[in-house]
Amino acid sequence: MRIVISLVAGALFGLGLIISGMTNTKKVQGWLDIFGEWDPTLAFVMGGAILPMAIAWKATRARTPLRADKFPPVNTAGIDRDLIIGSVFFGVGWGLAGLCPGPAIASLSFGGSSGVVFASAMIIGMLSTRRLQAFFRKAEKTSKTIT
Amino acid sequence: MPMDWIYGLVGGVLIGCAGAVLLLGNGRVMGASGLIFGMFKTTDRRIWAENLAFVSALFVVPMLFVRPLNIAPTHSSENVIVLVIAGLAVGFGTRLANGCTSGHGVCGISRFSLRGIAATMVYILAGAISVVLFKHFLGLI
Repeated sequence: MRIVISLVAGALFGLGLIISGMTNTKKVQGWLDIFGEWDPTLAFVMGGAILPMAIAWKATRARTPLRADKFPPVNTAGIDRDLIIGSVFFGVGWGLAGLCPGPAIASLSFGGSSGVVFASAMIIGMLSTRRLQAFFRKAEKTSKTIT
Repeated sequence: MPMDWIYGLVGGVLIGCAGAVLLLGNGRVMGASGLIFGMFKTTDRRIWAENLAFVSALFVVPMLFVRPLNIAPTHSSENVIVLVIAGLAVGFGTRLANGCTSGHGVCGISRFSLRGIAATMVYILAGAISVVLFKHFLGLI
């Protein structure tokens, strides 16, 4: 049953992404392009998505999930360095290509070789995060000892 | 243009419903980056199968509907260097920050999560600067 729920969610997500235009990189970049011809579509997508999600979060107070023991707890890490630095990297890449992880997979079947190159690089980036983190920490240490 | 906004709103509601289904059904937060990354983590077979199911549907359903719904092409850059650098940055950044537009943006903001709101503000600002820099100054996109 949990597998079926995952399939339904993935299907709705994919359908929503293509209908909303979020697999069109020009629309995403158009929204980020505050100094160019600004395209407000993404704000409508975000607003439209937050609405049912807010209702869902409200509904979690009075019950347990259909096929699980409990709802995911709030991440108590607070606003830390990894969150900010990671989001900066993500934002730069998002602006540069006009794709984020969801649309990258949703458009993989019709995005041609560009889509395949982006998605492959994205997955390599995800898989090498731990090693890159270790590398940056080491570089930071050495720069501190030099200065 | 206003037609695009309506499609955006309708698509957005579907995205929100997808998140609601996953949350109320399986008790999980719908974060695309985490679910995609989860396909490469095989420690918990059951969770791994769920992640695979979600990502497979996310791949297959648009493939089936892109023609009947007359969906616009991606208009992606053809510059391999741009694509590789952007892909690496998105992959690394979303793992480091533990979320992307769906996890921090849609699911985080709707929960009034401070982490989600902060992350969303930062990646939108970074994205806007990125577009200004790469489009208007360097002419790469």
